[in-house]
Amino acid sequence: MLAPTDPMIDIVDLCKRFTKGKETITIFDGLNLAIPNGDFVAVMGPSGSGKTTLLNLLGGIDRSDAGAIAVAGERLDRLSESELSRWRASHIGFIFQFYNLMPMLTAAQNVELPLLLTRLGRKERRERVETALGVVGLADRVKHYPKEMSGGQQQRVAIARAIVSDPALLLCDEPTGDLDRTTADEVLSILQVLNRDLGKTIVMVTHDPAAAQYAKRSLHLDKGHFIEKELAA
Amino acid sequence: MNDLVLIRKNLFRRKLRAILMMVSILIAFAIFGVLASFERAFNAGQDRATPDRLVVVNKINFTQPLPISYYNRVAAIDGVAQITHFSWFGGYYQEPRNFIAAFAVDPENWMKLRDSDFVFPPEARAAFIRDRTGVLVGARLMEKWGWKVGDHIPISSNIWSQRNGSHAWDFIIVGSFTARIPQADTSVMLMGYDYFNETRSFGKDLINWLTLRTTSVAANERVIDAIDGMFANSPYETTTDSEKAFNKAFAAQLGNIALIVELVVGAAFVTILMIVGNTMVMTVRERTREIGVLKTLGFSGGRILRMVLGESILLALLGGLPGLGVAFLLITRVRDSLMSFVPTLSLYPDIAAAAVGLMVVFGIITGLVPALNAMRLNIVTALGRS
Repeated sequence: MLAPTDPMIDIVDLCKRFTKGKETITIFDGLNLAIPNGDFVAVMGPSGSGKTTLLNLLGGIDRSDAGAIAVAGERLDRLSESELSRWRASHIGFIFQFYNLMPMLTAAQNVELPLLLTRLGRKERRERVETALGVVGLADRVKHYPKEMSGGQQQRVAIARAIVSDPALLLCDEPTGDLDRTTADEVLSILQVLNRDLGKTIVMVTHDPAAAQYAKRSLHLDKGHFIEKELAA
Repeated sequence: MNDLVLIRKNLFRRKLRAILMMVSILIAFAIFGVLASFERAFNAGQDRATPDRLVVVNKINFTQPLPISYYNRVAAIDGVAQITHFSWFGGYYQEPRNFIAAFAVDPENWMKLRDSDFVFPPEARAAFIRDRTGVLVGARLMEKWGWKVGDHIPISSNIWSQRNGSHAWDFIIVGSFTARIPQADTSVMLMGYDYFNETRSFGKDLINWLTLRTTSVAANERVIDAIDGMFANSPYETTTDSEKAFNKAFAAQLGNIALIVELVVGAAFVTILMIVGNTMVMTVRERTREIGVLKTLGFSGGRILRMVLGESILLALLGGLPGLGVAFLLITRVRDSLMSFVPTLSLYPDIAAAAVGLMVVFGIITGLVPALNAMRLNIVTALGRS
């Protein structure tokens, strides 16, 4: 269990390169970053600056080429693929720009998906699903399919799916990029509540300065390095 | 919810496509069930043949006759333990399309030789030996026509006629018999050879073939040589072979059934395998992003592989099991009308079990490539695909 002052994320000398044909593109070359437990960080930067790559590395769905990356006290660069899968299931909640819900599952079933990886019984799973949907204000939409819901509602289902297994860290990739301003504000308010009231650490990639205002601080990625800007809480 | 619900929901997300694939598989397994049952029925004679039983036929072919005198001469050969003879009657009941597989036999010795295949009640055995005009009728034939012991039944022949010119014989059913082993055919009728021989207008003292049991399997070769040697260069030369070989040759008249089954089923399977396999690859490819999401949530590659394979196996079972049901209905519908030609026609449990096994194999083969692709799918690549 991390103390409030412990770093949730600790990146040291991180290197990440991509090979495209014969060309090697360096994304990060010696990146350093520390994010304390309970923080809410907005990561901004121009397209291609490596925001999503950073999120993928933090979530253990991509591998670094060098350097150390520790999340929630675990060195991700030392875990195998199967260990990373188990670790993700219990420590990370992902929220995507396009919601990525399963179209053939109801809202409740979508939210229940991460719980299939736990040993919880059916009753306890149902209770957790109801709680998670209640947190995002969709308790009355449990049996609705994604196509029967608006974009904002779908994103709220995606948030419920991300928090249902009670992960310490939420990784959000442009969570409001596909929403109108009003709906975006509702979604961001939910993220703020999750951070403030439930203590979730949140890293949110966004292009939208208005969305970044909801975070405690904003980091700007530029040429593989961070420039920090403090924001009002 | 559990993985099975997820598999089912994935399978039926495009209902029309799933149903069309199931119908394809249904047709394949219906063909398999029917043809495999016919193949089994045609070869049932080989299955029930025992190694110490030999059949003696005319060397030209088994439709040509042998003199009845061969019966005693063969019986006297050292190594022959039991012997009986058969003559084909070519019967029908009421009208020619009601074919009856009827044989004229030596009642006492025929029953002795067939004790290992059939159950003869003591009163039926005694009556068949005693009553010259009596016939012994198998249980399935009795059931088919609703006959009872004591009934008088006119049976006509499309080969033989009586001396008075009539093609019909009036027989009394003196008893019935049941099968001792599943492959034994009880849709036949047996009549006493003496009565048949006395009343027919031609072909006197001729029979179609002899069946004998040797004292041991080791004596077979010696007995075969002795019989065929005894009648060499006579007007009625013989060919003696094992009962299994004889039954196989009999079945071969109807063509190489096994080959037909293999070719038809094989062609249907390969075609459907390619269609379903290709569709499964497309189906899983369409879900690349969703598989990436599942992996992001923590579903392992192995679990994804099992889910895709589970989906293809479920598809094969949902198509194949009704196909087997269709085969069962078809066989049940035609078995009575074909009873005289393929008396043991049935969808046997081992054929059904083999079909279910084949469904699972079919599911694994069609699902393996997309399952492996899904298992190996890189999450970043998958999430980047729209």
